[in-house]
This record gives sequence, C-alpha cells and structure tokens, in this order.
Amino acid sequence: MGVEVLSISIDSMFTHKMWNDHELAKMVKGGVPFPMLSDAGGKIGTIYGVYDEEAGVEARGRFLIDPDGIVQGYEVLTPPIGRNVNETIRQIQALQLIREKEGTEATPSGWKPGKATLKPGIDLVGNVWKEWKTDQAFDEK
Amino acid sequence: MAEEAAGCARPIGGPVGEETGSSVDSKLKKPPEVHAMIKVGRKAPDFAAPGYHKGEFINVKLSDYLGKWIVLCFYPGDFTFV
Repeated sequence: MGVEVLSISIDSMFTHKMWNDHELAKMVKGGVPFPMLSDAGGKIGTIYGVYDEEAGVEARGRFLIDPDGIVQGYEVLTPPIGRNVNETIRQIQALQLIREKEGTEATPSGWKPGKATLKPGIDLVGNVWKEWKTDQAFDEK
Repeated sequence: MAEEAAGCARPIGGPVGEETGSSVDSKLKKPPEVHAMIKVGRKAPDFAAPGYHKGEFINVKLSDYLGKWIVLCFYPGDFTFV
C-alpha cells in the first residue's frame, strides 16, 4: 500500500527502546518496523488535539495524511479502547482509490475493495437509490 | 534520516511543506499559539520529534514524509496494555 507508520507518545526514546526490545520484539519478529517518536511534554499532541493535560498522556489518536500533507481522516479513542486496524486499512484503500481516480469516483458507506463505487455527477443526483442499496452498508453475512 | 543530535519534540509552527520563515526567525519566535489546527482536507501541522527505530535513535520531521501516505498514531504510553 506504500504507507509509512509513525507512532508517538509522551515516553522518551529510551523508554521506546526498552519497550520495543523487551516486550514488543516478543510479539513482532525483529521488533517494531516503524519509527517510535517521543513527544515529551505533549507539545505535538496538543496541536493534534489529543494531549490530555490533566492525565499527562495522549489519547489514542490516528491521523491519515496523504502525500500532499493533507489530513484525510482521523479517529481519537480513549485509552482502554484498541484500534481496528482493518478499518484503517480500508480507509486508506478508499482514499488511495479516490486519489487515483482524481475524484471521479467516490466510495459509499460500507465500501471495501471489490464493492461498487459511485460516480458523482449530474446523472446521479436523486438517483443514488438505483445505484446503492442499504444492505451494501454492511458486510455480507 | 541524517544522524543528528537528539532534538526536542516540537511543532514546527506551520503546516507541512510550507515556509515558516528563516531558521534564525524560527529560533527566536515561539510557534504561534494554535488551537484546533486539525481539519480534514487541510494540511497537517508539521513537527519534529526524536525517536527510536530499529536499534537507532533518530530525528523525524513530518515534512520529510511528503509524497508518502502516513498513518500517525498517538497512544497513551509504552508498557500499557491495550
């Protein structure tokens, strides 16, 4: 998919090294494959709206940034909720398709690779009901 | 990423890929106060941060990644559970 991952927390790079070497490397062969960044003090988290000053930590925020540096989407969760990596991948697949088609196609609710896209234009006005059914919003059973 | 002394995590003070003034200026001036800078369809705020990657300490600038798709993931802390 050609996507670069960056993780970031208020921990120091020394803590990142210890966490990677002593725990994460036991989950992922060779250790974490992407840079683990340190935002001590939460300055970066503050401008991204995810730093909680009272708790002194950053929420589980995930930002999708396109090759032009534009934020295409984000999700912010409280600490106890894990992310859905499959949904992140689906969103990147949708964004990459939209970029490749230069906006001539859009991905309706429930889209994933293999499902129909919509072609926005004057003929589609008032006619989405012919092209897209509500059961397409859900995964096939 | 060039080998440099580890810097501090800091916002650059502008969006990625845009001039923020000469380096002398940016050292003298604090980054402007920014609130709610994140909007979909708008440029991501640029930042520089030290980090750890495959056995080395590195310095990363978000704008170094222009031309690539990025997933930027914040999380509460190392050695937490989720």
